Amino acid sequence: MKLVIGIVRPEKANDVLEALYHADIRGVSMSRVQGHGGELERVETYRGTTVQMGLAEKVRFEIAVSDEFVRPTIDALRQGARTGEVGDGKIFVVPLDQAVRIRTGDTNIGAVTPVDK
Amino acid sequence: MHLSILATAARIDTGDTAWMLVATALVLMMTPALGLFYAGLVRSKNTLNTFMMCLGAIAVATVTWAAVGYSLAFDGNGSFVGGLSHAFLHGVGFAPRPGTAIPQLVFMAFQATFCIITVALVSGAVVERMRFGAFLVFAALWSVLVYAVLAHWVFGGGWLHARGTLDFAGGVPVEIGSGFSALAAAIIVGARKDYGRQALLPHNGMFVLLGAGLLWFGWFGFNGGSGLSTGNPSVLAFTNTLLTPACTLVAWFALDLIRGRKATAIGAATAIVVGCVAITPAGGFISPGWAMALGALAALPSYAIIVWRPRTPVDETLDVLAAHGMAGLLGIIFVGFFAELAWNGVSNGLLYGNAAQLGDQALAALAGPAYAFTATALLLRLMALVMPLRANEREEAIGMDVAQHGEEAYATGEGAILITPESGLEVELPVASPI
Repeated sequence: MKLVIGIVRPEKANDVLEALYHADIRGVSMSRVQGHGGELERVETYRGTTVQMGLAEKVRFEIAVSDEFVRPTIDALRQGARTGEVGDGKIFVVPLDQAVRIRTGDTNIGAVTPVDK
Repeated sequence: MHLSILATAARIDTGDTAWMLVATALVLMMTPALGLFYAGLVRSKNTLNTFMMCLGAIAVATVTWAAVGYSLAFDGNGSFVGGLSHAFLHGVGFAPRPGTAIPQLVFMAFQATFCIITVALVSGAVVERMRFGAFLVFAALWSVLVYAVLAHWVFGGGWLHARGTLDFAGGVPVEIGSGFSALAAAIIVGARKDYGRQALLPHNGMFVLLGAGLLWFGWFGFNGGSGLSTGNPSVLAFTNTLLTPACTLVAWFALDLIRGRKATAIGAATAIVVGCVAITPAGGFISPGWAMALGALAALPSYAIIVWRPRTPVDETLDVLAAHGMAGLLGIIFVGFFAELAWNGVSNGLLYGNAAQLGDQALAALAGPAYAFTATALLLRLMALVMPLRANEREEAIGMDVAQHGEEAYATGEGAILITPESGLEVELPVASPI
């Protein structure tokens, strides 16, 4: 059981969601974050005040999956988020000690596997 | 009739002039109001660019109008286009414009605000993708080649005016002109890259509502001023500008409730615009009762097109054709049926025994769209030969605010590092280019 964290461009967030959906991966959280990576910074000017935007808007996906879904999740994130330019983002996979579904109390694999209604 | 024009031509009426000064300011305010309306309808990353297109229209169309547009629209009685003797405002001064009791200077300024907002309206078809520079060039050329020509046809002594086509406040040049040009522009410039793949939603409904409210307010100057006096036609048009959009709103609520069981706010904002547009050509020509009927009727075709258009490949983004083109066309034809001599002192429509009026209106309803669509399509095709019309995919993805203007509408300032000239960074860099 792993937690897959994907940090992607905000304008690619919809493409990522689409790719995850097609890979049958449900149970996704996303949040807006600001970050600084290796990408080129942009310069903006407001009434003569020029600033260098040190942080870029990113979207962070968090997806808890069973081991066999790690590969498809990574593939979907890459497929949806990639433009080929610097700043496409990162994927982190971290081990997950425990998962609990609040409604039922299901733990671990049962908690990260979607239930069909 | 001719003698009475000469008699009034000699003097200025202070009441008329006072009202026209106010009306001019009201109509100019409609363009920033349209900027709010449009900016609320686009995604947040394109807010400033969308508003800037409206400001760009004020900038460019005012200059072209003073240079040649006004003259081509209002000098002489050429059937297709006017002359150049008022070019660069030559001879436009305090003397009254013939047929009115207001200084020609005020008349010129009032008409300029119409040209400005029409150019701004067309931008609704190409927002979120057209390059700002290309839009400014388009605005300059379009204001002369399309707007001034159509204005001459119906207002300035052109062939439709001479035939007796009735267009009170610009159903042909403003509404049909912008609506059908918008369709052509959407086709030539092409759809946004995400169109039809992602839900592209309005980012701020309050901007949309506020913009629509201010547009309605300004429209009292637009229609109420188009009588060019404080006389009965202006009074009638002013009051109809209250009645018609209210009826469109009621009808739109009903359509929304029948179709989706909820009356929508963005729909209501659209209804206000549709109602104001519908009464534009008819304002001073039809009775208040028929104006109310027109308001309810106008909701139907515009509503239908707004529901249908997003299912087509034509990304006419902010539905200028539905809101302006269709409602303007309907208003022009409505005049042909329901114009009433007892109210307007000019002519009857078919219902009151004058079938010929409907013919003149139908001619305008055919020629206006044909010219606007063809001329705009041709103009953009020619422009595309010498400059790219749209931003590239990467810029479109980042958003036009950063890509075209180097600013964001909702900048947080987090992580922004101040660049001072001493800090050694190249500040002469064009803004928004990566360093």
